[in-house]
Amino acid sequence: MQITVIINHRQVTLDVQPNDFLVDTLRQQGLYSVRRGCDTSCCGLCTIWLNGKPTLSCATLSFRAHGKHITTIEGLRHEAEGFAHFMAAEGAEQCGYCSPGFILTVLAMKRELVNPTEADIIHYLTGNMCRCTGYQGQLRAIKKYLGVTAV
Amino acid sequence: MFTLLNVAQPDTLEAAYNILKEKRSNAVLGGCAYLRLGSQTIHTGVDLSKLGLRYSKDYGSYIEIGAMTSLRDVETNAALNNYADGLLPKAVANIIGVQFRNVVTVGASVFMRYGFSDFLTALLALDTEVELIKGGRMTLAAFLDTPRSKDILTKIIINKTKGHAAYQALRNSASDYPLLTVAASQLDGEWKIAVGARPIRARLAVQAAAQLRDGDNDRTAEVMEQAVQTAVGELSFGDNRRASAAYRQAVAQTLIKRAIAEVVACK
Repeated sequence: MQITVIINHRQVTLDVQPNDFLVDTLRQQGLYSVRRGCDTSCCGLCTIWLNGKPTLSCATLSFRAHGKHITTIEGLRHEAEGFAHFMAAEGAEQCGYCSPGFILTVLAMKRELVNPTEADIIHYLTGNMCRCTGYQGQLRAIKKYLGVTAV
Repeated sequence: MFTLLNVAQPDTLEAAYNILKEKRSNAVLGGCAYLRLGSQTIHTGVDLSKLGLRYSKDYGSYIEIGAMTSLRDVETNAALNNYADGLLPKAVANIIGVQFRNVVTVGASVFMRYGFSDFLTALLALDTEVELIKGGRMTLAAFLDTPRSKDILTKIIINKTKGHAAYQALRNSASDYPLLTVAASQLDGEWKIAVGARPIRARLAVQAAAQLRDGDNDRTAEVMEQAVQTAVGELSFGDNRRASAAYRQAVAQTLIKRAIAEVVACK
């Protein structure tokens, strides 16, 4: 079946099978920032934005994206780089495998939450797992990036 | 991984139901997050995306939620946050992560009667009805007692009554499936205590609720303790890899007591 989607502001028409999930469809388009992790819908590595909302691409059937906007980190390069500087400054990145999904969730949170507290940040990021860092460096980076002082 | 051979995106509920019943291996596609973990082969997946079932509407005396509404929509919906102390948004807020809750749907969570469902436990503590194409409208409690059949859940209806509600759950780690869920409510003077993830589907502790209703208001702590013991006695608990039956029963005593105490404190 054919779908037309807008990936990172570019309209494309794709042939997909009923069984295809977005994580595979997007990687076939060369968007390797979209990563397969747990494959049980709980690690957040494959996070993309679907119509601006953070969404698990490993749990979204590709045909359902027809007519929608898909954003991966390749489409937010400049903004992602801005946040990445805060990550680097706090030593918050180690292997980097979880970073694209993690950064996309942070950027979605920035748009969605107004004056988030530390607790709000932790709650919003519960679905993004990192097996290297222990999250403390990331939390420091996000708080500085968002200018958060409240607990 | 499940196998999906064909997809149908009907324009009417009637067409969707006709496709569903055409073949035994046809199935409705909800969010698919759980379905994909199985090994089922589906001949035709019936996608309800074009039927306008993604909505939440507050009609004053009741709130209606369409089957394709995501659990994230439930979490952020203003009317649901303002009703029954935000019981439903609180119940779904710890289900994995935001990106997961943007995928999973109300309809699949309810229709599939998942044992681990936080959402189902909370709904059961409210005055909730479901509407199905074939089965018609019925209370959620009655629906949970019916065997699963070829049908399509189109919406849930939450009848608004005055009162308070509280939610408690225990997980081995944040974002994991719960090992026990409890919701308690006192709406229009009637108590409800729902316990889920036992690990089977949520159920009401009817006798315990009656004890709370009939109990002496001057002996609140004593009545509460008796109701907790009645609740764990009238419900069954089982083992799975997250917890044993004995552990669940012990945890249930604490969570039920906390939920009741929270409701009492809201008065």
